[in-house]
Amino acid sequence: MATPLVVSEVFKSFTMHLRDGIKLPVVNDVNFSVASGECVVLGGPSGIGKSSILKMLYGNYAVDAGQILVDHKDRIVDIAHADPRTILDVRRHTLGYVSQFLRTVPRVAALDVVAEPLVARGTDSTEAKDKAAELLAKLNLPRELWGLPPATFSGGEQQRINIARGFITSHRILLLDEPTASLDAVNRRVVVEMIAEKKREGVALLGIFHDEEVREAVADRILDVMQFSPRKAKAA
Amino acid sequence: MTDTPLLKVSGVSKFYGSRIGCKDVSFELWPGEVLAIVGESGSGKTTLLNCLSTRLMPTTGSIEYRMRDGNFRDLYHMSEAERRFLMRTDWGFVHQNPADGLRMTVSAGANVGERLMAIGDRHYGNIRETASDWLTRVEISTDRIDDQPRAFSGGMRQRLQIARNLVTGPRLVFMDEPTGGLDVSVQARLLDLVRGLVNDLGLSAIVVTHDLAVARLLSHRMMVMKDGHVIEHGLTDRVLDDPREPYTQLLVSSILQV
Repeated sequence: MATPLVVSEVFKSFTMHLRDGIKLPVVNDVNFSVASGECVVLGGPSGIGKSSILKMLYGNYAVDAGQILVDHKDRIVDIAHADPRTILDVRRHTLGYVSQFLRTVPRVAALDVVAEPLVARGTDSTEAKDKAAELLAKLNLPRELWGLPPATFSGGEQQRINIARGFITSHRILLLDEPTASLDAVNRRVVVEMIAEKKREGVALLGIFHDEEVREAVADRILDVMQFSPRKAKAA
Repeated sequence: MTDTPLLKVSGVSKFYGSRIGCKDVSFELWPGEVLAIVGESGSGKTTLLNCLSTRLMPTTGSIEYRMRDGNFRDLYHMSEAERRFLMRTDWGFVHQNPADGLRMTVSAGANVGERLMAIGDRHYGNIRETASDWLTRVEISTDRIDDQPRAFSGGMRQRLQIARNLVTGPRLVFMDEPTGGLDVSVQARLLDLVRGLVNDLGLSAIVVTHDLAVARLLSHRMMVMKDGHVIEHGLTDRVLDDPREPYTQLLVSSILQV
């Protein structure tokens, strides 16, 4: 089985220069990989570094040491050391990310927000909008909202737009940061089904799910982030 | 991804006497890429922008631009006439104050049409038609085509300046605080417009701003300047989400949350 994502010996800390340069270790020596068609769930209590791991993989956080290897266009790219242009290309074609919160852009309609990642890959805009409409319908977002900018939508509505935006492309790797946190039971089940479909398509998924029911339904394997925690080492 | 940059900047410094304007700046800009230069007033960002856009001769260093024929030319080894031609056709420069980039006493249509005439268009009907098309694209009603920018609001003037710059299909646009001095609703409209145009036209742009939200929305890559030096440089998301340098951390932590 192909392994599109490999994380090897990754270390991360924050240096807070505004607090006399104190150093906050986040994770030490992170090692794992995610195979095609597999959904790995990051487990452990809040503040242990789960979101930080996703942000490092997506290039939002810098890495102190180690490698994050992604199979991108038939070559291996190390996200930890790639230049901005390469990271943007990896995001466009290989690595998708559903964040916890939608970053809204003024004046852009929900439908266009969802269609954007496809358009960025060169898909015809009518086709991209059709696909976006299909996803928003599946996620039960009221049709009246499609033409409106999502800035004033409720948390659950914004999250569904975020999910649709993350799922619209056929990226080989998908990172999910609590995509179901503010959804009702019906829509949670829709998302669970969408994740199952991605698995069947051979997408490698890595996610954080605090909802036990969802976690049970989607996880092939739970990776305990506690083992990478510098605090654990101190306590021992 | 194309594999040749559009602009190659190496070791550019500008001194005002013994004072530093900007020091030893090097980077490459790629087609379709938007680079934001951020920093507080006096950090050297405008000096750098002026050096890059041939408006201010750097003390040392070289800036090479890939011409439409594919050859790199050093900007400061060109003749004045060649540089002017580049500025009028292949480049755009959007000033913070629209009055610096527009002719305030000729009509909006003529402001847009003038750049077309500079590249050889002579047919009045065509020029007027293109000008009116561009006014629509920047959301200025076409019945204002014969009005002078003096009669426009600040936001309209800024949009007109953008139309004037983009009408010739430039490949590189410099922007100096494009949303400075506009109220927030007008800012949002302008940002959305610029973002859309940059995407649709595949422009490269270098945007100087002190507003990190503007940088987040518009740029792919970011350079943070302080006292004339580039102190941090990277993917915009990375610089804003995980700032490494003390000054960048200070900047990011100073953003007001709404």
